[in-house]
Amino acid sequence: MTPFEYAHPRSEAEAVELMNEPGTSTAVLAGGTDLIRLLRRDLVTPQRVVNIKDIPSMQGIKPVDGGVMIGALTTLEDLAASPLMSEYHSLHHVLDGIRAIQIQSSGTVAGDLCHLPNCWYFRNGYGLLGMENGESLVETGDNRYHAIFGNRGPAKFVSASRFAPGMIAGQARVRVVGPKPDAEEWLPLEYFYITPKTNAQGVTVLKPGQLITHVWLPGTDTAQGKVQSSTYEVLQLEGLDWPLASAAVSMVVQSGVVQDARIVLGHVAPVPWISHEASRTIIGRRVTEETAAAAGEAAVASATPLSNNGYKVQLARTCVKRALLRAAGQETGGL
Amino acid sequence: MAELNVGWKPRKENEYLGKEIPRVEGNEKASGHAKFANDINTKGTLYAKLLTCKHAHARIKSIDLDAAKKVKGVKGVFDFRKFLDDPKAFEIHYDGTIIAAVVAERPEQAEDGVKAIKVEYEVLDHFVDEQDLKGATEKKRTGEVGNAKKGDVEAALKDAKHVHKGYYGIHTITHMCLEPHGSHCEWKGEDLKVHLSTQNVSGTAGQFAGSPLIGIDQANVEIVCNYIGGGFGSKFAADQWGICAAVMAKELGAPVRLMLDRATELKIAGNRPSGFGNITVACDAEGRITAWDSEHWGSGGFTDVDKPGKTIDINQFPYVFDFENRNRKATGINTNCGPERAWRAPPHPQLCALTCTALDDLAAKAGMDSLEFYRKNIDQLATKAANPDIYRAEFDIAAKLLDWKGKWHPRGEGGKGAVKKGVGLAIHRWGGAAHAATCLVKVHPDGTVESFAGSQDIGTGTRTCIGLVLAETFGIPPSMVKVNIGTNKYPQSGPSGGSTTIGGVSGPNRRAGIEALGKIFDLVAEKYSVKADTLSAGKGKIWSGGKEVCSWKDAAKLIGPTALEVQGKGPVKDGLTSLEVGGVQMVEVAVDTETGKVRIEKFVAVQDCGLIVDLLTAKSQVYGSLIMGIAYSLSEERIMDNKTGRFINADLENYKLPRIGDIGELIVEMYQPDSEYERGVIGLGEPPVIAPGAAISNAVANAIGVRVPVLPLTPQRVLDSLAKAKG
Repeated sequence: MTPFEYAHPRSEAEAVELMNEPGTSTAVLAGGTDLIRLLRRDLVTPQRVVNIKDIPSMQGIKPVDGGVMIGALTTLEDLAASPLMSEYHSLHHVLDGIRAIQIQSSGTVAGDLCHLPNCWYFRNGYGLLGMENGESLVETGDNRYHAIFGNRGPAKFVSASRFAPGMIAGQARVRVVGPKPDAEEWLPLEYFYITPKTNAQGVTVLKPGQLITHVWLPGTDTAQGKVQSSTYEVLQLEGLDWPLASAAVSMVVQSGVVQDARIVLGHVAPVPWISHEASRTIIGRRVTEETAAAAGEAAVASATPLSNNGYKVQLARTCVKRALLRAAGQETGGL
Repeated sequence: MAELNVGWKPRKENEYLGKEIPRVEGNEKASGHAKFANDINTKGTLYAKLLTCKHAHARIKSIDLDAAKKVKGVKGVFDFRKFLDDPKAFEIHYDGTIIAAVVAERPEQAEDGVKAIKVEYEVLDHFVDEQDLKGATEKKRTGEVGNAKKGDVEAALKDAKHVHKGYYGIHTITHMCLEPHGSHCEWKGEDLKVHLSTQNVSGTAGQFAGSPLIGIDQANVEIVCNYIGGGFGSKFAADQWGICAAVMAKELGAPVRLMLDRATELKIAGNRPSGFGNITVACDAEGRITAWDSEHWGSGGFTDVDKPGKTIDINQFPYVFDFENRNRKATGINTNCGPERAWRAPPHPQLCALTCTALDDLAAKAGMDSLEFYRKNIDQLATKAANPDIYRAEFDIAAKLLDWKGKWHPRGEGGKGAVKKGVGLAIHRWGGAAHAATCLVKVHPDGTVESFAGSQDIGTGTRTCIGLVLAETFGIPPSMVKVNIGTNKYPQSGPSGGSTTIGGVSGPNRRAGIEALGKIFDLVAEKYSVKADTLSAGKGKIWSGGKEVCSWKDAAKLIGPTALEVQGKGPVKDGLTSLEVGGVQMVEVAVDTETGKVRIEKFVAVQDCGLIVDLLTAKSQVYGSLIMGIAYSLSEERIMDNKTGRFINADLENYKLPRIGDIGELIVEMYQPDSEYERGVIGLGEPPVIAPGAAISNAVANAIGVRVPVLPLTPQRVLDSLAKAKG
């Protein structure tokens, strides 16, 4: 770990100020479940660590504009316990799969959304893109956990966020502040993620000196009916583990027929992967084992697996099928 | 002197042996009071951190170690090239090779010192793919390490009713000791005290004393290890990093603690080598195996320049069994991977994983129930010491506990829907004879008893079991026995490897105890005018012909003012200990054919081990083995990246260990008829970890109708095998 200065702001304005001192690189500390790992391996070497944990405005969950406003610092434990979240099934499905008590109690919502890739080349010091001497190590190295979509460019890692697929499917928006003292921006979460072309570009649109303060989720009651949502993750282990693949569904069903559906896959591409093909396949149909399987098939039709991760295509196909069945309240089958 | 029978009491007379008794140090461990090497923090202790190489194969072009010395708090730097006669010949042969250690007042300062060292490497060609025999051959990394023929395999194959050819494999895993290798070294004048995380308390002092970098009398070295957080066969040596800590402690005039970091622990401190093989096996119309032909390969990591490399021992192939017609050939691969060390029952888990899977496939090909197939062949055992009747009895018990008859089905008939269920079995064997050891038993005039031995408790219950042996011998409660182990200053004892410790410590303590008891009986006989040869000890009293003579405490008083001391030795062929255990395991799994995920439903282990000293710690050994077995069967694996040559998952996130939710229902049944009791004590720690790989693989094959040939059975391998079978 490289020595750094420690700052402990008590307001968003103070945090933004501390993060924008010219010539000083900063990192944000919230739950710390990822940052501490990165710092210990010198994968990030900020001159200043800004601990935002004690900023009151970024805590808690409130009803706002027919939906819920989730403070960026809300822990996974608090998210799970909040009665305001009871209808957001897709997020609960993710929470059920996060079995490490430490992550439940320390991990925060925004920390998950900003979690850097778990790619082992990145974590072993070869940069975000996993390059050495200008060559992609992922391309011909061990890519069993890497991307099967959106991997034609230099980025072949998979997005690490567990909640992003469900939140994007649910049309979440995030509030970003900084780098200027009064700068504030709301943007759809689906535009938050980027596929970098260089190591320096990062995995989100956040520029140095910016941070997420809140996530807003629309309500689950719409003019067309109640939003039914789900996430299906394939986890190899029952304990602390990253999903091999996941899919989230947010849909509205009237008289048994799907009126609208958003389907987003996780851990299969450098960004949460929105599958319009899968949505198109299921809209206008009833959710059955066959139609859900067809949506799964459509979702993976354009997959481009690497040399050693063809099995993830099957996982993605299954995740979409089972997420749809789960959202429709049907048996998913499987373990 | 009263001549007492040294043998164990008739079974029904035992007060403590064979009962479920909690381990004596349980509270200390659970409450954090137990001090491990990593907890030793004497005044002025300095901390060492290691500079390791990230290349799989390289030479050092330039290095500036002095840069570290300029960092605040850094006290000294140790150059690992010192271990070579010619430091210029230093070559890195695997990822994680230690280059230097930096010692500082604080761990983080030592880390800063490591970072300050600039090294320029000349990177050389590497080879790390242990499964790739063809590639290894092309790169001249292979060598034949065994080739033996028996009978006429060709003719037997021609005559056989069923012939099966298959490919099988098992990947390398590491020891993953939760307490890494390391030590705390402190000098007082010429005396060196080492708190060492070791399985070999009595055998490591000489390695420190005799190192050319230390060179002191062995009598000046004290090794201490009261507790150890896992060794599994990897902690028998002082190791270069241990010598380094001792040298730096001397040089800097302060204690030094050096524990390997997690990545280095996984990369260089030991692993269980891989094994892959093409196997042909055949049987007649009745299912009687008539021929075996195998060619296997694997790697024990880097061996030496121009050496062929190691693989699992050919001499025990096929495993447990041997057949009239049998060919076997082995090829070792020299890879740029960390070198192997003994891993719990070496190399039986690999032998079993390759043998019992091939036999199961042959049974399926012959259309037979695997259990019936095993029953039919159980007399074809390789070792004369093995008893087929024990296996037969264990088959029956295991089958009943799992409901084999109700659950077994022909391959691929595992049910409708995505999830299929299946059952599998495998068997194993192990020696487990007592190692050479001594002890000193003291009976104090107040009736309390002490035992001293330079042994160690590696978590198996050694301390508890010594106490129970003496409590049973003297007929006193275990609370009156104090067991002293964990330093080489006590009488010489053996290393804890090969499941030799329980026999190694129980024999000498029983012998010494009986000798002491005989002397006390003489004193009692004289004092109470009874015949010494009529006396017995039990329930805190001395008895003659069923009548109480005196209390144990009154008897002990007769010793006089100082303790009665007796030395115990072993092994002795007096029936207290013996060797050779079997064991049968059966497992039921559920497999999600759409995700490749395997879940353990129920796992039954039936294990024999002769006389059981403590039933609770014995069972605990089996439970631990099954958990370790499930780990290497389903998720645990060292992943070497061909591209970089690095051990790419050397951390606790991607090196996937199961948690409690992955384990399923475990049923441990100790096979203990009187005939087992009469065999005496036999080691148990290793055998139950052998069969899980094959048993689980067989259950998966039974469930999905397809063999997933290589362990661990990850979702990727299961899905790839299903896809391949589909075509």
